[in-house]
Amino acid sequence: MSIDRSDIEKLGELARIHISDENALASAKSINEVLALVDQLQAVDTANIEPLANPLGARQRLRRDEVSEGNQRDAFQAVAPATEDGLYLVPKVIE
Amino acid sequence: MTWETVIGLEVHTQLATKTKIFSGASTEFGAAPNTQACAIDLAMPGTLPVLNAEAVRMAVMFGVAIDAEIGLISSFDRKNYFYPDLPKGYQTTQLDRPIVLAGTVDIQLGDGSTKTVRIHHAHLEEDAGKSLHEDFHGMSGIDLNRAGTPLIEIVSEPDMNSPEEAVAFAKKLHALVVSIGICDGEMAQGSMRFDVNVSVRKKGEELGTRTETKNLNSFRFMERAIVQEVERQIDLIEDGGKVKQETRLYDGDTHTARSMRSKEEANDYRYFPCPDLLPVEVDQAYVDAVRATLPELPEARRARFVDSFGLSAYDASVLCDEPSTAAYFETVASHCGDAKLAANWVTGELAARLNSEEQLIQHCPVSAEQLAALIARIIDKTISNKMAREVFTAMWGGEGEPDAIIEARGLKQVSDSGAIEGMVDTVIANSTKQVDNYRNADEAKRPKMLGYFVGQIMKASKGQANPQQVNEVLLKKLEALL
Repeated sequence: MSIDRSDIEKLGELARIHISDENALASAKSINEVLALVDQLQAVDTANIEPLANPLGARQRLRRDEVSEGNQRDAFQAVAPATEDGLYLVPKVIE
Repeated sequence: MTWETVIGLEVHTQLATKTKIFSGASTEFGAAPNTQACAIDLAMPGTLPVLNAEAVRMAVMFGVAIDAEIGLISSFDRKNYFYPDLPKGYQTTQLDRPIVLAGTVDIQLGDGSTKTVRIHHAHLEEDAGKSLHEDFHGMSGIDLNRAGTPLIEIVSEPDMNSPEEAVAFAKKLHALVVSIGICDGEMAQGSMRFDVNVSVRKKGEELGTRTETKNLNSFRFMERAIVQEVERQIDLIEDGGKVKQETRLYDGDTHTARSMRSKEEANDYRYFPCPDLLPVEVDQAYVDAVRATLPELPEARRARFVDSFGLSAYDASVLCDEPSTAAYFETVASHCGDAKLAANWVTGELAARLNSEEQLIQHCPVSAEQLAALIARIIDKTISNKMAREVFTAMWGGEGEPDAIIEARGLKQVSDSGAIEGMVDTVIANSTKQVDNYRNADEAKRPKMLGYFVGQIMKASKGQANPQQVNEVLLKKLEALL
């Protein structure tokens, strides 16, 4: 698999970053190098191999449904850039 | 041109656990903003999720209730996207191995027939927080109390062919999850939210392109959104256009939907297995143990209402739409002893009043026992149906028990035959003209003429005469005059 300049533009849009024209070409080149590596890995036949979630085959432990976390809003909001009326403030979201 | 509508639903159901799916923070509704968002919910560095056992049990409970196969090993994946009410930058969900596999839900249609809707699967996931877009000096406010609330997303197959079927299915699911105790069913609080996938095709042709309308939190909105979307798609195609695969967002204030994003710019969620959570394993013994705790399901209850109470299939399914209504009805029926009358009152007068006052039956000011006591007075002929409605209004207004109200307002029905005969005699004596008309009328026309006399007698008795007795006595006396 390889990608071209228009893929880079799309990735930039999805990641919400501006990629300049000169950077688009350079980025395409270096990403293609990474993809070549991935192609190499994909050559391995894994058809009958279960994905490995844990080397020891461990299973998820469950927690009892009991409230253990109290209200620490003041502590958390002390490190937030902006808060008001108990809310975290962020740049306006327009969908 | 005959168009066929094809509808599939995704239903987000909040599970009624005490705590979040991956943290020990409370899920109680209505707390002050961010007082129930702990370090894990906020995605603070160094925190790790631990799965809530109760969320697993509730998901399995749903699975056994729809007769689904349970994913004995299920696993979590990360769905990556950026939005400020999702502090981690990904939603922890299940993509490849959900906990509930294929099952079925039966719905009753208006014509009395039953249709089976297939469930593709249901998976566990976490809810996001809430964004408040009111103006905070040009910024948005974020409340993360809801972040991490456990959900099951129930995904249906595209088995519904009309808005009515979609609503019937949604109501059935609602009744089901409430009656098995895994969801509080409070739609107004967002406990159940629907995404609808809609496409249209000409009969017999292949499936058309579908759109997804998100964020519907009431049955009424859902119905409207589907009706609108079907019309939009048909108009588009008939005008020579094509339906674009897109996500649409419904606005409950304006009752319109608008395109949110089209497929070309669709989010790439970059799903991958969540490295913080191991596969979840439940064994068959566990599934069987959960199955053993299943309460009576709405479907069984509906059948029982028909069989043992003699209700019509329609009344039974109306009552069983809402588990609280079914329970209320059962109390009324068993206390008053007349199930049909009880059903008439619960689906008639009571439902109408709850509806007009926008009140839930859980908060009904007239208890089931009180309504039963009122119906008992109709059965023993102390009051007429009409009087009962007056007493009911008084009970709704908080005037107390039916017997006390009947007494205080002097509503007791007159069933004393002597008194009724007296009233009938008086009215006949004062209505010579009408009596003459009656005598001279065609036999076939006479029954219609009784209305005048009955009206006069009821007026004379201030509405308290037993109407059945009045009819009998009146007829007898008029016959005697012929």
